[in-house]
Amino acid sequence: MIDLSLLPDGGMPWLDASGPYSHLVLSTRIRLARNLEGRTFGTRNSDVEREEILAEVSQAARETVLLRRAVSFRLDRLDPADRQLLHERHLVSRELAGLDGDGRVRAASGLLVQDRVGVMLNEEDHLRLQGLYSGFALEAAYGEVDRLDTELGQRLAFAFHPEFGYLTSCPTNVGTGLRASVLIHLPGLVLTKEISKVLQGLTQVGLTFRGLYGEGSEVVGNFFQLSNQTTLGKSERDLLDHLNKMVRQVIEYEEQARQVLMRDAPTIIQDKVWRAYGLLRYARTLSFDEAMNLLSGVRLGVALGLIPSVGMYTLNKLLIHTQPAHLAAAGGSGLEDPDLPVRRADLVRKLLEDEASRRH
Amino acid sequence: MDCDQCRERPAEIHLTQIVDDQVRTLHLCARCAAERGVESVAQVTSTPLGGFLASMGKGLAAGLPTTEPGGCPQCGASLRDFREVGRLGCPACYRTFEAPLRELLRRLHGSSRHLGEQYVATGASASETRRLQAELREQLRLAIETQNFELAAELRDRLKVYE
Repeated sequence: MIDLSLLPDGGMPWLDASGPYSHLVLSTRIRLARNLEGRTFGTRNSDVEREEILAEVSQAARETVLLRRAVSFRLDRLDPADRQLLHERHLVSRELAGLDGDGRVRAASGLLVQDRVGVMLNEEDHLRLQGLYSGFALEAAYGEVDRLDTELGQRLAFAFHPEFGYLTSCPTNVGTGLRASVLIHLPGLVLTKEISKVLQGLTQVGLTFRGLYGEGSEVVGNFFQLSNQTTLGKSERDLLDHLNKMVRQVIEYEEQARQVLMRDAPTIIQDKVWRAYGLLRYARTLSFDEAMNLLSGVRLGVALGLIPSVGMYTLNKLLIHTQPAHLAAAGGSGLEDPDLPVRRADLVRKLLEDEASRRH
Repeated sequence: MDCDQCRERPAEIHLTQIVDDQVRTLHLCARCAAERGVESVAQVTSTPLGGFLASMGKGLAAGLPTTEPGGCPQCGASLRDFREVGRLGCPACYRTFEAPLRELLRRLHGSSRHLGEQYVATGASASETRRLQAELREQLRLAIETQNFELAAELRDRLKVYE
């Protein structure tokens, strides 16, 4: 079992709901894809080359300010439950954690993480620089990851083409290598059935959406990850400005939808959010999907000021700690433990009870 | 020449289109061209990479005769490999398959020109850049000599990128 207590906040300082628009936006993520010149890309390289890349980048990282105290993990030396744990904390992708397909992890798959920034090593690209911030904070998150990019770029030779920009394994990431995403909670738009119109509009202006866990994941608990689709032909600044503008618009639509709901159906909404709270407070078993949906209802109730006895920080913690690998780790059991739904309900009851008594 | 769209910045990209049997040439600056792309952004974003790679088989083959039939000299990957997995083999693949990739990037992103942060090339890539520049200059000289002005214009655009 890995010891995540080495990481301040378990590598999740973004959970504290301290960022702007935290009642709507869970987190902002910035990712920059970088590769080393003269090296074969991740999909084609040998184990030996992967080890060399891991060593070279780790050495360079030790010389930086932003990663010199980084905690490092080798995913190829971790058991499946620990790899899933890191994935559930949004620190590594499914691909790097070997959770896709045959469940095997490729050699020298690594993660470096310090405070809000980190690097995934030997994923599809040699380096995936990332930063995760609380709330809607594109500017702050990009600033930090950009500094890390500069620090690493001075010590490593990144593959760069004067016309195409930063070169990546997949041509959809070439140019800036930048993917900026905002994880936003949109129950108002889902309840008013406006969501598909909004999402369709976003794809028409060059944005894309995904579920809670990024690429290829389903939408659960009314959480949507909105991000830029293209990475080339616009500067980093323009890509971020565009996403920023569009997310602000979505926030406005969501606020309007909530106002409409409270104006036209206040009893239904109050009933819905309090039922969700009641179930979470007293249920004895909870599946992951059910917990996510009920937590979404409570989150809406808290944001609307209907449920005063819960804080966003607690809801964010529940979002993470009710996931299978987290429950398994806390109870010292495996991922296949049939009692996980019972333990999930226990944990939710306990945290909500503690919170309620603290606030009374 | 000013850009046909914004009329502010100098035109750098010259796009010939056939619309209703009429040949039309648009002169665009890099930014407007990026905005317009060869197709609209809506069309670009609605094309998933997989489907696109399958459909570009013909276009790639047509563009290929001037390229070596083999794979990338650095990693050995071929265009066929790329079409199968949707991933390039190494950074040198972008130079080996530059022309078809430029076309692909324009379709995917609406532009093939990086306008983001510039990376200060380290020793190895700086010499590679000098080699590419020399190669382009030689091609430009040949294009002018053979009065292939369309090609010359494109080569000049590409050389500008390095300056």
